[in-house]
Amino acid sequence: MPTTPLAQVLKMRHEAISRLFDAKFKAITRITVGSATCENAAGANPVYDRFVHLFGQNKKPGVALGRVGCAGRCDLEPVVTVISKGKIPVKYVKMTPAKVDKVFESHVLGGKVVEEYTMEHVAGLRQFKKIVSVCHGAGCIKKNLGVEKAFQDAITELGLGDSVAVTRSACQGLCERGPVAFVYPDSTVYQKVTPEIAKKIVEKHLHGGKPIAEHTWSGKRLANRFLPIYGNVQFFGKQLRLTLRNCGVIDPENLDEYLAVQGYEALGHVLTNMSQKEVIDAVTKSGLRGRGGGGYPAGRKWQIAYDQKSDQKYFICNADEGDPGAFMDRSTIEGDPHTILEGLMIGGYAIGADKGFVYIRAEYPMAIQRLEKAIADARAAGLLGKNILGSKFNFDIELRLGAGAFVCGEETALLASIEGSRGMPHPRPPYPTVSGLWGKPTCINNVETLANVPVVIIDGPAWFSSIGTPKSKGTKVFSLAGKVNNTGLIEVPMGTTLREVVYDVGGGIKGGKNFKAVQTGGPAGGCLPESTLDTPVDYDSLAAAGSIMGSGGMIVMDEDSCMVDVARFFLEFTQDESCGKCTPCREGTKRMLEMLERITAGKGKEGDVEKLLRLADTVRKASLCGLGQAAPNPVISTITHFRDEYDAHIREKKCPAGVCAALVTYTIIADKCVGCTACARKCPVQCISGAPKKVHVINQDACIKCGQCLLACKFDAVLRK
Amino acid sequence: MSPKTVETTTAPAAGELPEHVLKFIEQTRLLPHPESYLIAVLQMLQKHFGYLPAKSLDTVSQLMQIPSAKVTGVATFYHFFTFVPKGKHTISVCLGTACYVKGAGILVDRLKEMLGVEVGAASKDGLFTLEVARCVGACALAPVVIVDDKVYANVKPDELVKILSKYGYKPK
Amino acid sequence: MAEKKQISLTIDDVVVKVPEGSTIMDAADSIGVAIPRLCYHPHLSILGACRVCLVEVEGMRNPVASCAYPAEAGMKVRTSSTLLRRLRRDVVELILDNHPQECQTCERNTNCELQKLSFELGIRDRLFQGERKRYKKDLSSPAVTRDLEKCILCGRCVRVCEEVQGVTNLSQHRRGFHIEVSPAHQGNMMNSVCVQCGQCANVCPTAAIVEHNDSEAVFAALADPAKHVVVQTAPSIRAAIGEGFGYEPGTPATGRMVTALRLMGFDKVFDTNFGADLTIVEEAYEFMRRLQNNDRLPLLTSCSPGWIKFMEHFYPELIPHASTCRSPMMMLSVLLKTYYAEKAGIDPKNVFVVAIMPCTAKKFEAKRPEHFTPYGVPYTDAVLTTRELIWMMKCYGMDFRHLQDGEFDNPLGVSTGAADLFGTTGGVMEAALRTAYEKLTGKPCEKLDFVEVRGVEGVKESAVKIDGKVINVAVSNGLQNAKNLLDRVVRREKEYHLIEVMACTGGCIGGGGQPYPPPGMHIMDASLLKMRAKALYTIDSQKKLRKSHENPYILKLYEEYLGEPNGHKAHELLHTHYEPKFPRGIR
Repeated sequence: MPTTPLAQVLKMRHEAISRLFDAKFKAITRITVGSATCENAAGANPVYDRFVHLFGQNKKPGVALGRVGCAGRCDLEPVVTVISKGKIPVKYVKMTPAKVDKVFESHVLGGKVVEEYTMEHVAGLRQFKKIVSVCHGAGCIKKNLGVEKAFQDAITELGLGDSVAVTRSACQGLCERGPVAFVYPDSTVYQKVTPEIAKKIVEKHLHGGKPIAEHTWSGKRLANRFLPIYGNVQFFGKQLRLTLRNCGVIDPENLDEYLAVQGYEALGHVLTNMSQKEVIDAVTKSGLRGRGGGGYPAGRKWQIAYDQKSDQKYFICNADEGDPGAFMDRSTIEGDPHTILEGLMIGGYAIGADKGFVYIRAEYPMAIQRLEKAIADARAAGLLGKNILGSKFNFDIELRLGAGAFVCGEETALLASIEGSRGMPHPRPPYPTVSGLWGKPTCINNVETLANVPVVIIDGPAWFSSIGTPKSKGTKVFSLAGKVNNTGLIEVPMGTTLREVVYDVGGGIKGGKNFKAVQTGGPAGGCLPESTLDTPVDYDSLAAAGSIMGSGGMIVMDEDSCMVDVARFFLEFTQDESCGKCTPCREGTKRMLEMLERITAGKGKEGDVEKLLRLADTVRKASLCGLGQAAPNPVISTITHFRDEYDAHIREKKCPAGVCAALVTYTIIADKCVGCTACARKCPVQCISGAPKKVHVINQDACIKCGQCLLACKFDAVLRK
Repeated sequence: MSPKTVETTTAPAAGELPEHVLKFIEQTRLLPHPESYLIAVLQMLQKHFGYLPAKSLDTVSQLMQIPSAKVTGVATFYHFFTFVPKGKHTISVCLGTACYVKGAGILVDRLKEMLGVEVGAASKDGLFTLEVARCVGACALAPVVIVDDKVYANVKPDELVKILSKYGYKPK
Repeated sequence: MAEKKQISLTIDDVVVKVPEGSTIMDAADSIGVAIPRLCYHPHLSILGACRVCLVEVEGMRNPVASCAYPAEAGMKVRTSSTLLRRLRRDVVELILDNHPQECQTCERNTNCELQKLSFELGIRDRLFQGERKRYKKDLSSPAVTRDLEKCILCGRCVRVCEEVQGVTNLSQHRRGFHIEVSPAHQGNMMNSVCVQCGQCANVCPTAAIVEHNDSEAVFAALADPAKHVVVQTAPSIRAAIGEGFGYEPGTPATGRMVTALRLMGFDKVFDTNFGADLTIVEEAYEFMRRLQNNDRLPLLTSCSPGWIKFMEHFYPELIPHASTCRSPMMMLSVLLKTYYAEKAGIDPKNVFVVAIMPCTAKKFEAKRPEHFTPYGVPYTDAVLTTRELIWMMKCYGMDFRHLQDGEFDNPLGVSTGAADLFGTTGGVMEAALRTAYEKLTGKPCEKLDFVEVRGVEGVKESAVKIDGKVINVAVSNGLQNAKNLLDRVVRREKEYHLIEVMACTGGCIGGGGQPYPPPGMHIMDASLLKMRAKALYTIDSQKKLRKSHENPYILKLYEEYLGEPNGHKAHELLHTHYEPKFPRGIR
């Protein structure tokens, strides 16, 4: 008779796996279609429906069809993964119903992979039979001593070059066992690999088909289920998925699937074997810092809330992800909603709260719907509510929706919003942990922070703190966007350099253009130039470089981005979202925006930059809350690193990147113009003159700089500068 | 997330609230901190009416016992809430430089006349809302008028009647 | 209650000891370091919005708002530095950049907190000018006008209306650069739950909210030879008018006030106190009848028009309990256009009545349809606040200090000490008890000072023994306090007989039209209110006649004109009725 909460969870898992066995695990082939807001916008639903239709017509035993959350490779969605036993999972990208037909016929029925539809093909890879992924984390590289080369040499020697590939992986947190190498699809982990052992592995395992037991490591980590499916593609291979461990792996709307991957085991363990203090100690030892942007040590926050004596305490998950261009929390919730609930419950247990809230922005309808379903399923299974898993612990969770206010991501504004008021921040102290929701001690943590909690509990704080840098432990999720080849959601160990993110994971700058800057931290962050590319990604290093970690937005810019315009764009956002309570933010950001608008319109004056810096300093130091305090960051960092662009705008009335409409001139290059008249015909103000077959000329006085001529010209004869 | 068509139900002017909202408010009276559900109530009303009628906000104030200044203060804070009914179709006239130079301003004036509205407001018959946009990036097609999601190019003032008739416009 | 622990911290290298729970600003104030501030108000909740009161705390990265940050043991604070000076200057300049630049023609010129700060913080140039907000003035209410262009968003009006008055008529609306403070629906003061009490004007640091200016009508009447312009002054004025001319609060200046009014050209100077004595007589008889018949008790006083409007919005069920007596000002105005006009042989249509009141709600009261003559003009033609009178006197060029003392005119100028008490909270109750005691017992009232109802606390309750019966009385000032008291009445938690309700903190002496406090004092400061009240108690104690029903001119009035108290003519002229008003206030 299972009595302890942990025993009950294990029993539930066992039952879940049984239920899933028929539907999923006994299948020889599993096909998963991505399902998330981004996936669906790209057309995932018709793709799924097409599969359903085809399977309806062709009964194929041994094949299971399911849906999973978004794995993070946004520019290639919709993604369909075909997982066959003993083979490296094939990831089809940019799928359409028509492509489904081809894949079904060729691969599902005929066993032949459609190479040109695969992610591997896009990445320039072939379909290998096996992959050796050599860990390139800092710890392993130190001891590496030619392991990667040894693998490559041995593979070439044995003529396996066509079927076995060697790639690099990010630190997987096995540093004490390094150098580490993974073999896919066997999910074998080799530890303490030397060049000699590497050679043996190639001979005995890759060629002979038999893993070498004495060199393997058979431990299990929560994060391990992701890489076997996606790890062969560099974009994923260089990631370490803790927060996003289940995204793209499980069906987010099925509690059984969460249970099957050790879901709620952390909760069971906590309720059975750990006191409140022990839980807090574990989180403290792990070094987990708030992932919402502040980076405040989570353990310390929980400790303070725990120390307060009160009849009522609350725990709130902040899912009001408002940074434009950030979607880490959305993907996490859409792909793995139960992990948030589990983290919330463990936190509530630790501080002594019996009521939890998830404050989520209303612009995320699918995340809301998945969360509501997860809560309902958890309640029905006795995982939420009174006497959870037969213990004395009561906890229930309520959703509260935002209504379109970025500032409500700030702690005190969030509390005001839940209380039904305007989301205007309040001076601290008192901090929410002492006096929060309705005056009661309240802990507020970001989605990503809470998603890490089960990892800390199951895999242990010691392991968690072995990943990352001395002051920034664990991983960080980033939404990588902008002018890189591979955009999407990534999770890398803290300490990974910006260069590795942009080039190894991001695949370098699109179109072969030049890197200019990477913007981190959303509207509160800064723009970092090329000279800072070797900065490791962690709280303190990014701050020292002049930006912030923020919630994880990371936008890459190339030579065609105007940094003054970027600053103006962010300030426009901040101005729109300012709550208006305090003078410096309400008035100061407006004045800064006015100055930037003048500068980008060609009306900048000498002395404007100095004024901007002065006002930026005032706004930063005098504002009431983080929104105002961080609003000037994009301005300050662009002035610091790209002063010459500002000067060009002001003194020469020129925009070097050719972005600011008022400062750009369009001219026709006489040598290239063939007189086709296409531009003249398109020009809305008829300012291009020239006879057919003769060189055309743009009248600068009448030109309104709409750019239609540039679009119309097929001979590259229009120059925009 | 923008509703293209809105069913404006009868009697929002009288301040009546739909049944499901009344039920919800009643339920919150049994919960701790009932006033904290104000935003949820406003969201329900916004979804139902497509905007927040002033009289319905006064009703909310009385039913939830929250001073009306607080109710409207909250409603005007959050971007989600609008206070002017939206017409069934949204007409958006681009006022970017290219379009402006090609007479978009005249189009706006003519539309104001035809519909009897100011920019941002909905016609009395609830069919059209007139908006202006900055630049929609279709300058070669200037002047540009967008109705719901359909882009009309090179629009001349005389063509407006024909275009809007497709959506139910009847000249006076 | 346990004594708060004392903690010590260092401010500008000076060691300061304060009770735990104090803010840095409290601690600095205690050693005479007055950190510049704007949105802070000692009697309102803390907002921390203006960001002027920033200080540097050792170990903290950014400066903090001293009004909100709690003082901690061992803390090291700097209240002045190059950085702080620059930050404060820039913050206030940012306010100026979104503010009209018309100081010289503004109502609060020389008396504006923003103007004062701009000077003190050394703002001598404008670095960040840009777009300015534009609004139309809200002239809807006869009591207060709002000019949102001058609003600096300090939130004091919102807080006083919610926390002190319990009305919550105002709130911030919209957000960011477009934020504005207004009544519900971003509407105007007239079509809202506003009770016209003017406390918002009292706490407003600029001219964003000021009383409605009625001086032009008065100047015009004074210049019109056809008009017989009479003026009546409320009890509170004599105790506060001196403040406009440098006198300490609570310096009685009755005589000089009368002389000044005569100099301004008023044909007759009468005393609202007369009306107060009359109110007491009428109300005492009303109370006796209710007591005898156990009818609609408690009786609620009705001389505070802010309270009356509040009752009509928030407690309409208590309307039957309110005394039907008009306020002293209204009673006198009615008499001026009937009794006095007859006696003086003047056509009432040519009588122009001006009332000097500490109150903005009186401007609203004067225009209530119930207080119009049968021929369609208000009984009270114009109401001026104390503030308005002070500047009108300055406009005339009066050296107030050196005026001779004058006397009120008769027959409406003599009053007893009981009438003077009307200006302070508890005063109406005390005056009423003096008369009620004698009328109920038939015996002279020996102890005239009912000290149990004196004092500026929010709610005072007492049990007064009259003729063997225990009369439960209660006195409240400030409408949130009224709410607390009246909720108990509505729930029938205690049997009250007589309740005095004043809308403003401290009673009329804290009214919406009273002079702005001298430097170092604030609206609603108990010390300020006590000083003004003391003046009235002093005047009362020095008078020979101290019971309203002993006023010989009152007796003559009944004898030759009104007939019986509460009689038919008295009812017609001196009583009124009330109606529930919408929007319904939220309790």
